Amino acid sequence: MMMRFALLFAVLVLMPVAGFAGGGETVKPPHHHWHFSGVNGTYDKAALQRGYKVYREVCASCHSMKQLSFRNLTDLGYDESQVKAIVGEYTVMDGPNDEGEMFERPARPSDQFPSPFENDKAAAYANGGALPPDLSLIIKARHHGPDYVHALLTGYKDAPHDAHLLEGQHWNKYMPGHVIAMAPPLSDGQVAYEDGSPDTVDQYASDVVQFLTWAGDPYMETRKRTGMKVIIFLLVFAGVMYGVKRKIWSDVH
Amino acid sequence: MGSGERVEFDNKVVNWIDERLPLFTLMQKEYGVFPTPRNFNYFWNFGAIAMFMLIAMIATGIFLAMNYTPHVDMAFDSVERIDRDVNWGWMLRDIHMNGGSFFFIAVYIHIFRGMYYGSYKKPRELLWILGVVIFLLMMATAFMGYVLPWGQMSYWGATVITNLFSAIPFVGDSIVTLLWGGFSIDNPTLNRFFALHYLMPFVILAVVFLHVWALHICGSNNPSGIEPKGKQDTLPFHPYYTMKDTFGLLVFLVIFCVFVFYAPDYLGHPDNYKEANALVTPAHIVPEWYFLPFYAILRAITFDIGIPFTEITIISAKLGGVISMFGSIGLLLILPWLDTHPIRSARYRPKYKFFLLVFLAVFCMLGYVGSQSADAVFFGLPMTLIGILCTTYYYGFFLVIIPWLNNTEKGKDLPKSIHDAVLKTEREKA
Repeated sequence: MMMRFALLFAVLVLMPVAGFAGGGETVKPPHHHWHFSGVNGTYDKAALQRGYKVYREVCASCHSMKQLSFRNLTDLGYDESQVKAIVGEYTVMDGPNDEGEMFERPARPSDQFPSPFENDKAAAYANGGALPPDLSLIIKARHHGPDYVHALLTGYKDAPHDAHLLEGQHWNKYMPGHVIAMAPPLSDGQVAYEDGSPDTVDQYASDVVQFLTWAGDPYMETRKRTGMKVIIFLLVFAGVMYGVKRKIWSDVH
Repeated sequence: MGSGERVEFDNKVVNWIDERLPLFTLMQKEYGVFPTPRNFNYFWNFGAIAMFMLIAMIATGIFLAMNYTPHVDMAFDSVERIDRDVNWGWMLRDIHMNGGSFFFIAVYIHIFRGMYYGSYKKPRELLWILGVVIFLLMMATAFMGYVLPWGQMSYWGATVITNLFSAIPFVGDSIVTLLWGGFSIDNPTLNRFFALHYLMPFVILAVVFLHVWALHICGSNNPSGIEPKGKQDTLPFHPYYTMKDTFGLLVFLVIFCVFVFYAPDYLGHPDNYKEANALVTPAHIVPEWYFLPFYAILRAITFDIGIPFTEITIISAKLGGVISMFGSIGLLLILPWLDTHPIRSARYRPKYKFFLLVFLAVFCMLGYVGSQSADAVFFGLPMTLIGILCTTYYYGFFLVIIPWLNNTEKGKDLPKSIHDAVLKTEREKA
């Protein structure tokens, strides 16, 4: 028993020290004010469209977005014919048909975004064992979501001398533990913007973050608008009830 | 209930029904003219608020269940489908998700109100015990509900909590197998949790009925802690308290809606937006915020208890933690017999009031400890030490301080009646 307490004591004293040395260090990402931040924040549709372009041309080669369908793209400000034009660039595997065969057909707006790999195993195998996460909810699934993803995409640095990186690993300031399997995905001039926005990594990262935020929370604008109506109604109702309550209680006070 | 005197109603249809089934008489007696102490403060709103939240949870839950698929391969996606493709599904889910939290907020305040004003004391012991039973049922329901979206925290939270039962000697492993419906957390676990999560709220509703029934037998306590002595001390429940409760409820709902519409995920954990994966353990498994104080008590016991100078362990650290956690709620059950002081309200018991407020602070601190990883540091002190100190105070408050105050605290002079107490405060204000 004494030994146990001695051991416990040792654990209690040493644990904080071990905690610091244990790695998994996280750096808080710098805070941005986004177009969608705040009570009245809305999505900047031009940014969403640019972000979608970045996703399509860069991220989509490794990352799936299984929760999204092409029909959702009307939210980005595309009309139906534009969505059809985008859809026209894809074919999807369907079936089995009446003969039991799988077949390729042109994609329809109701189809999900196609995934770059057959399954998770294939995706991990093609990426040196690291599974590229699905991006549908990436913003909601991370602390400080938008700020974190933006910081991560722009946070690649040369590894410090004491860092031990294996083949296929990279050093990123904002990745917990700093070691990340994803190679720096963005470089200046990589995606050609048509609206004259700067072709920089920072701009790409910012646009794709806005697109991914929408992807995880497509009803944000409706939610905030509804919330405003609900809360104003409740406040007025509460005010009226306060008056009623005072009136009723006036004879007992 | 139906044996008492019936009220005559002017409306013939109402009267016809009431002669055969005296529902209207019941409502009139229990919610219309029901004599209620006249000196309630706003702490007395939280019973009605909790009732409203329970009904809101059941109502939104039924519609969510219509669109949810309790299968490990489909549960996560079906929840996303509710958010994205079900008409107003996102709102239903945001209300249900945050409704759980706000139900607990209301109930925690309601329980603390009971402790502050001595509402558990004779003759309200059973009323109080039924309340603790509701609290326990809520915890079970909330835990199982959190598993349903089948995110990472759902899965790993379920792993941690169900594994607790394995600490029970002899039968522990069998209980865990029974909970899981197999030898690991899998589809059968999700299925039974879904079935039970749908069932439990109705069990809660039944116990709430008993709770309210018991309340209407002995009547409400009040901030002075003295029983009403006559008509001058009470008011009919309607319209005085129906209107006051409605106002309080609306203020509560404003705060609730700020979360629902502007920060729906603030009280949740980002990891639950990752689908459950048995091969990847989250860096830091934490339960929902309302379990954190009890989670901290569970983790506070980090040592085995055995016979000194031998290797014999009587209570392992794990079992010790489980006993402490359930014991901490068990103490609430026996609180009416721990605190036998004749004065109910902390208003007239300055020492009890002081220790109770420290208890509140310690309880909040335990919540903070529960949210931190085991190797965290708090102002240079290891978090585990803070955890064990706070747990010691939690137990000490019930088992040492309260019994000690029974014999030593004299307390202030009580006012002669509620009427007197009200007039006195009115005079002081003027």
